[in-house]
Formats: sequence, structure tokens, C-alpha cells
Amino acid sequence: MSKKDTIICRCEDVTLEDVEAIMNEGYTSFEEIKRILRVGMGPCQGNTCGQLLQREISKFLKVPLNEVETHKVRPLITGVKLKSIVEATKDES
Amino acid sequence: MKAKIVIIGAGISGAGIAYNLANKGMKDIVVFDASYLTSGATGRCGAGIRQQWSSKMNCILAKKSVDFFETAQEVLEYPRSVEFKQEGYLIVATTKEEDLQFTENVKLQQSLGIPARKCTKEEALEIVPHLNKDAFISATFCPTDGHLNPFTMTEAYYLAAKRMGVKFFFNEEVTEIVVNNNKIEKVITNKRTVETAMVVNAAGGHSKEVGDMAGIDIPVYSENHEILVTEPVEKIQGPMVISFSLNIYCQQVPHGSFIMGRSTADQVRGHDVGSTHEFLDEMAKTAVHILPPLGDLRVVRQWGGSYNNSPDRQPIISDCSELPGFYLACGFSGHGFMFAPMTGLLLSEMIMGEKTSIDIKELHIDRFKNSDFTTYERNVV
Repeated sequence: MSKKDTIICRCEDVTLEDVEAIMNEGYTSFEEIKRILRVGMGPCQGNTCGQLLQREISKFLKVPLNEVETHKVRPLITGVKLKSIVEATKDES
Repeated sequence: MKAKIVIIGAGISGAGIAYNLANKGMKDIVVFDASYLTSGATGRCGAGIRQQWSSKMNCILAKKSVDFFETAQEVLEYPRSVEFKQEGYLIVATTKEEDLQFTENVKLQQSLGIPARKCTKEEALEIVPHLNKDAFISATFCPTDGHLNPFTMTEAYYLAAKRMGVKFFFNEEVTEIVVNNNKIEKVITNKRTVETAMVVNAAGGHSKEVGDMAGIDIPVYSENHEILVTEPVEKIQGPMVISFSLNIYCQQVPHGSFIMGRSTADQVRGHDVGSTHEFLDEMAKTAVHILPPLGDLRVVRQWGGSYNNSPDRQPIISDCSELPGFYLACGFSGHGFMFAPMTGLLLSEMIMGEKTSIDIKELHIDRFKNSDFTTYERNVV
């Protein structure tokens, strides 16, 4: 399958070709790549692309997978509507 | 290793200073960053570019910075997009006092060539139709304010500086600045020692600690400001909407998501950049109150970043009378990203011994010695 058609991050449409190009530019950590390609910034919060990108970095740097840092996990776990959050604060008071 | 100058911090300020110095022909410039590019305050900011300020100095810094941002993509020969979107900032007034203050602000801004204008409620609703008409009384609008991508803008400076020979070292933390007989001799990191006589402190949230390393007490402190981002949707909002009294800034970035932030009352000072559910609650309430349709958007992620606050909420762009060769670019109080072009230009002029483009005596650190500062920037979220 062509690298151009291999999706690494489906939320942000980032392909294997994009990822390899950015690693060749010298960005070889998840956090750096995320800030430029937006990989992991979508609604799934990196749950799909996280391991895929980790594996690609591992292959590129030729280091064991467990030595490649994963992305920073931030709240929320899943998308919540702003108005649902507002409703929930009313229930508390 | 030897260097003409060592810059501590590769955020937008450090990268911009490095670029400007190299552009003026300085050689042997070294930049250290304790982490990766845009890992600190720059990469955590709200991506807004605003010229509507209450202090004359901030207005001038912002306007001249916008002039540069308009050409940055070409000047820096950057292959990606810096995503400069000039669709304005709409600042809403909710009280009589704010309304009066904004009238004064606009007078000042216009006198400096900033195309800001006062808007009635009806005019504001034409600019952002989904505003809650009962949530404000008037507004000001500047069409040349807008959005800029903090990651790519910083990378643009970084790549341009690198092409001109600046050496960047990431994940390398400065641990010591050796000063002898009132002269800087060395900068020591966790990986090497660099002989140098000049140091720029552009360490953002950690600039006080870097000042301490050189024995210079900088009257700044850091505090966490939280922020969140929603899922991307089709474009419904051009300008940044901001209110000081309601405590919110909120814009739709070119990518489609909404980014919004507010400050937390009585925030503990320090380097925490975590996320809280209290912020999420207050942010959601404020956003849905002022921009009701946003209630249907899902929050995807929240994070925090450091404001490095100065006593008058204006930057410290300065040399040090106590320590020759020690330069400061700190205390930006949440606005270092949007002032970066001027920070870089002014500090590079100062370091090269040139006359600065504008008189920046009032940005000198010595203004705090005798509480000798007269203006306080009120327009800060």
C-alpha cells in the first residue's frame, strides 16, 4: 500500500508519508510531530494514532518501542458538549 | 565550546531574538532549551494577535509586530503556513466603566495608527451574529487583529535562524551562569560548558529562576492559565471575541476548532500547568453565556500554560545595569507571542549597540526599583 494512502491519524488526515517526511526534517518525538502535523490533536485524543506513530518513530530511530515516549494524555477522555458541562454544574449546586 | 551569546529559551521570544541577531550579522549564537521546540508558554498560548491595548507602549509593540507578521511568511522563507488570519478582535464591554475605558482606549489606539473603532451593540452583532445580545452593551473592533499559529510561527523563526548559522540545543537545561567580577564568564548546562560574555534570558515561565542564576532579581512570577479546544466545525466566527469583565477570550482557528481561555481568580503562583475541572465548569458557563451556539460544540482537550507576570503587566525588554552582558526578555504577562517581532528587533538592536527603533526606557527592569512605573496594562484576560 502506498505511504500516501496509509493513514496514521484519521482525525487529522495525517499519512505515513507526512510522518516520514517530518521525521526526515529532524522531528522525532511525538510532541514535536503533533505540534506541526496535528497528529493526536483530534477527537480521539491520540488513541488511534498514538501507538502507530510510536512504532514509526521506533523504526525510524532504530530504538526499542518501549523507549519511545508516548504523547501527553490530557483531559477530557471523550468529547463533551459545552452545554452539557453547564447543565452538570447546575445539578451540583 | 565558545559562543558570542547564549540565549536561554527557544520559545517565540528566544527564537525571534536569535533570528534578529543573526540577521544583523552576529556569529556564534547558541540557543538552549530545556525541552523541545514550543514546549513552553508559546506552544500553550491562545494563538491570538491583538493591537487593542490600554497602554501606549503595548499598542506600539503590538502594531509594529503585526506589521512584521504580515510579511513573516515571505521574509522568513517559511515552507509551511504561519496561518496569519486577520479577521479582527471584537472586545465587548459589559459595564459603563468598561464602555468609558474602551472609548479612551480607541482614541489612544487610533492616534497610533491602529484601525480600531468603537461599535454599538447592533454593529457588534453584525460582526459576530451569534453573540448573546443581552450579555454586553458595546464593543470595540480592530479588523487587523487576528490569529497566528504559535507552532509554525516559532518554527519559521527557528528555521530561518538555523539557516543563518544559529546553533540550537534542545532538551538541554542551563543549570548555572558563572559570573566573576561582575562579568559573565560561562553558561553551564546539564551537557556542556560554554564560554560566553553575553546571555539573553528568554526563559518564559522560568525567567525568574534564570535571573537568580546570574544574581539578578527579576520581579516576575509565573501562574497557570488554562485553556481548552473544541472539535473542529465549519467556519461560523471570524474574529476573536474577548471580554475582560466576563473573563473570556474565544476564537475559531483556521483549522475549525474553537480555542478559549480565562484566568483563574487567586491562582497559586508557580510552575504548575495542569488542568482542572473548575476551569472547565467556569469556561463552559462563560462561553455559553456570551456565545450561546457554542454550547453544541464538544470539548476535545484542555491544557495549561504559564503567564510570566510583571508588576505592571508590560514586558521587560532590557539590559541590566548591575550585570553587563545580561539581557532580559521576560514578564510578558501572557502576551509574549504577539509581541515577539518587536522583542527580537529591540533586543538585537540593544545587544548590537544600535539605537533602538523606539524608545524603550519604560520597558527597562529598573522601572521597578523605585516603583517608577506609571502605566498599568488593564486589558489582560
